[in-house]
Amino acid sequence: MKRTMAWVYFWLITALLYLPIVLLVIFSFNDSVLLTFPMKGFTLKWYGELFRDAELIKALSNSVVVGFTSSLAATIVGTMAAIGISRHRFFAKEFFLNVASLPLVVPYVVLGVAMLLLFRFVGIPLTLWTVGIGHVVVNIPYVLLIVAARLAGFDAHIEEAAMDLGANYWQTLLRVTLPISAPALLAAFLSSFSTSFDEFALTFFLIGTDTTLPIYLYSQMRFPSRLPLVLALAAVIIFATLITVVLLEWLRHLDQPRRRKKRLEIL
Amino acid sequence: MKKQHRTLVLMTPSVFWLLAFFLLPMVIMAVFSFGSGELKFADMRFSLDTYQKFAETSAFWRLLGRSTLVAVYTALLSVLLAYPVAYLLAFYAGQHRGMLLTLIVIPSWISFLLRVLAIKILLGSNGPFVNMMESLGFAASSWPPLLYNRTAVIMTLVYTWIPFAALPIFSALERIEKPLLEASADLGAAPWRAFLRVTLPLSLPGVIAAFFFVFIPTLGEWVTPALMGGTNGIMYGNLIQDQFVRALNWPMGAVMSFVMMVLVILFLFVLTRFIKLSELLEG
Repeated sequence: MKRTMAWVYFWLITALLYLPIVLLVIFSFNDSVLLTFPMKGFTLKWYGELFRDAELIKALSNSVVVGFTSSLAATIVGTMAAIGISRHRFFAKEFFLNVASLPLVVPYVVLGVAMLLLFRFVGIPLTLWTVGIGHVVVNIPYVLLIVAARLAGFDAHIEEAAMDLGANYWQTLLRVTLPISAPALLAAFLSSFSTSFDEFALTFFLIGTDTTLPIYLYSQMRFPSRLPLVLALAAVIIFATLITVVLLEWLRHLDQPRRRKKRLEIL
Repeated sequence: MKKQHRTLVLMTPSVFWLLAFFLLPMVIMAVFSFGSGELKFADMRFSLDTYQKFAETSAFWRLLGRSTLVAVYTALLSVLLAYPVAYLLAFYAGQHRGMLLTLIVIPSWISFLLRVLAIKILLGSNGPFVNMMESLGFAASSWPPLLYNRTAVIMTLVYTWIPFAALPIFSALERIEKPLLEASADLGAAPWRAFLRVTLPLSLPGVIAAFFFVFIPTLGEWVTPALMGGTNGIMYGNLIQDQFVRALNWPMGAVMSFVMMVLVILFLFVLTRFIKLSELLEG
């Protein structure tokens, strides 16, 4: 009885979580600017119009460029720090960890304002570069967490063995540590990319006159006549997101050494 | 020497990045808030005028209080709604728990703006929800407006936070040793009593983590209220944003941000008395 009620509740919450998203995708095929049931008819014309909207294409390519560059930077910088933290002892490590996790809790409006002031004081004009710099700050903690968890999961003796066999420290990092952590690096990159691609609250303060996809979306959400186009775009983004999530899940499964060990035991 | 050299190479990029683009901006913001609007260090004069103006404007304080309240409601509701989900995953889901957890978390991967837009469409004035209610015989005029008020902001935020609130509660519940629950049953505790006296207290760290996990970002939220809140639903974050966009009163914006920052640090201080920050992130 209690069990049944719990399951009913669980599926109800799940349905509620998915309902708005599913509706949004359904409406993207609606042959009318009015978003109401019954729908007027099935159409793909909004999808066709996506490709003709030059502003949108520009925003999309900006988002991809910023996402790719900033995620690459965050992954490199964060991975180096993760190796430093999990394999070395150094002065003020605890303090570093606390500062590095602060971007997770500082409100983005405060971070945005602070970075905007910095760029004004130093005289750096607001461009996609300043947006990317902000995205790296936000993503470093996530990369640090993901990669450090992976490094804690495998035996440091493997690295020692490599060095005993004559590899120097940096060779060991490149040929042993990084390949073993590859799934985590990819996961960290994808997670950063998805954050950057979706970021609005901070980006808004750092962007200047360019647009990224979320900035474009936000500006379009105010015009009802533009809504069908936004919905088609939304459906495309949702689809791309789902692919990324599936990819990440797959990586996570690859990334479970325990499981592999079990399989070996069975063999 | 060599080992220290390696650590230096590994740590320099992140330390530089966080110093230059995170700590330095915070310091500049603080310094700027004590000036009177000069955008060059050389011209800067110390002044508390903006702080005084801030302190004298009761509307600011009211909005700060109201935003704190919105964050409290949002966090409470999220935790309440997420607890049974986490409970089911931890105790009833068996081997499917990983899959079901993923199922719950997937929507939160989807763009935040798009999810807000989706809710707006669902609850819109001619949207599917209103349609359904009207076909059931409830006229739109007989219930309070669904969008553009504080309730709409809270509902939207709760919707986006439920999966995140479930995670730390789930990991706290999962850590409870099953024999402990069996023991309380063997000793004659009724199921609800066992829950109140054993399960709930043991899951409390997860509940507190989940609460703050929602509360702190919600406190500084400005996008959701801008889209869903109308004029009555705006939050403190919107006030800050407004100083930089429309009012163009940067010093006041910096003071407001600084006040918010202090508030967040205060709440974090309270939180870290219960759990370590790093544990919160792992949850």
